[in-house]
Amino acid sequence: MAELIVYGIILGSIIALGSVGLTLIWGITELFNCAHGDQITVGAYIALIFTSLFARIGFLQAKVGPFSFSWGLLLSFIPAILISVVLAILIDRWVYKPLRKTGAHFMTGFIASIGVAWAMRGLIYIIWGAEFHFYAKGLRPMLFLPLGIKLRTDEIFIMVVAWAAVAAVYLFLNRTKMGKAIRALADNASLARVAGINTERMLIWTWGIAGVLIAIAGILYGIETQLRPEMGWIFLLPLFAAVILGGKGSITGALAGGIILGLAQQVSTMWLQPTYKPAVAFLLMILVLIFRPKGIFGRRKV
Amino acid sequence: MSILTVDSIVAGYGSMEVLHGVSLEVEKGQIVCLLGPNGAGKTTLLRAVFGVMRPWQGKVLFKDQDISGFPSESIAHLGMCYVPQEDNIFPSLTVQENLEMGAFIRKDDWQPRLEEIYGFFPDLTDRRKSRAGELSGGMRQMLAIGRALMLNPELLLLDEPSTGLAPFLVNQIFDRIKTLNEQGVTILVVEQNAQALQSADKAYILEGGEKQAEGSAQELLEDKEIGKLYLGR
Repeated sequence: MAELIVYGIILGSIIALGSVGLTLIWGITELFNCAHGDQITVGAYIALIFTSLFARIGFLQAKVGPFSFSWGLLLSFIPAILISVVLAILIDRWVYKPLRKTGAHFMTGFIASIGVAWAMRGLIYIIWGAEFHFYAKGLRPMLFLPLGIKLRTDEIFIMVVAWAAVAAVYLFLNRTKMGKAIRALADNASLARVAGINTERMLIWTWGIAGVLIAIAGILYGIETQLRPEMGWIFLLPLFAAVILGGKGSITGALAGGIILGLAQQVSTMWLQPTYKPAVAFLLMILVLIFRPKGIFGRRKV
Repeated sequence: MSILTVDSIVAGYGSMEVLHGVSLEVEKGQIVCLLGPNGAGKTTLLRAVFGVMRPWQGKVLFKDQDISGFPSESIAHLGMCYVPQEDNIFPSLTVQENLEMGAFIRKDDWQPRLEEIYGFFPDLTDRRKSRAGELSGGMRQMLAIGRALMLNPELLLLDEPSTGLAPFLVNQIFDRIKTLNEQGVTILVVEQNAQALQSADKAYILEGGEKQAEGSAQELLEDKEIGKLYLGR
């Protein structure tokens, strides 16, 4: 049980990373971005490219301390984040912005985002094929902690990085003028415009932040499991559930929702086959929609 | 001198026309009241003026500049501010953050203005750190007006500031509006509550998307016909 809770928190941290951007964009533009999951996949694969590129430089091949991955992967965070940010902003400018301009129904954006998701996944299949990829070959060092908890050293890294990223974004959103304006927009977009806040400019920032978190989530998820073309698409479901649980546009809600989803999915394996983990996410989402459609922290109806 | 001129505005939602060509004028320094029952098109008029929705026909002139069809983002820069009737605060932001957002587009130091607003609505001072969503109706309304005042507007558009408030709070709000006006802010206030006429200089009566009457507030208050038809007396 203790072990499952720890696994749940690890999975939850990654879900939380992905869900912050999703909830902000949903709050500001009404768009439920189905491409979010596949953007996570792309982030993970970009890091794969750079890890193998960096591997040509001898000393970057060395493993980092007690972890399974190389210095090359660590360095790959930088280009992966940059490319993910640019990609996120471009997708918004090229696909969603024209739809916003014509005042398209939110369902149109939803369908368009599914198209974006499938296009990106198709591209990954073409380039890398359907097989699994790993950032590092060989053993994954384990730690034996009290209460019979077995943990991979990598998982400590995952938690630290995930929460550092979340903390950084949280500080940005609560302490800076730009961050507060993004929260204001997610809270009440029409009033933010009335106050003169330029929505389109703020959206570039929002997609940028989402891009940073997406890349980090993708790489961490890749370290935890393995890289495969559907990794993000499958991940989308717990992301949606976390965001709905947390309430539209609520950042604290998304973070809490992520952890709850991670815990629920992992702890459920005490009684259920791990294959049914997504079903647990679905069930939670349906229950929330029936009994508390505003989400746990939300103030607005879904 | 007229600060705001609305010239035969036609506007609506989807295919439903709500305003069928309404004109009005707001003189600098006045309190102008737009009275009318529910569904008269009062809110639609303010929304069309402030660019929350695009008018179908007609013109809006602010300080002699044609602003018809400008988005609200740009209008906020011109010296006009708008307090919507509902959803007029950022509920998950604190009181202080709400006011800061009011000053978002200011490039100069707005800190003194912030203190002025707290001085103007002293009840807000102790609640600086509270989430705006937790405030009572009256405090919300003060915060909403305070947010708009952060930009030192020349013209303030208020949509039914008295909705849902207890009578003593209604008096308090109207008293604040009067004080603001004495400080030089021109005000266009939309109301169902005929009490608003007491402090107004000029009034328009709107019903069914058309202007039914206009005149000095005094004239309208004394007109028996209008009192019976629109003011419920």
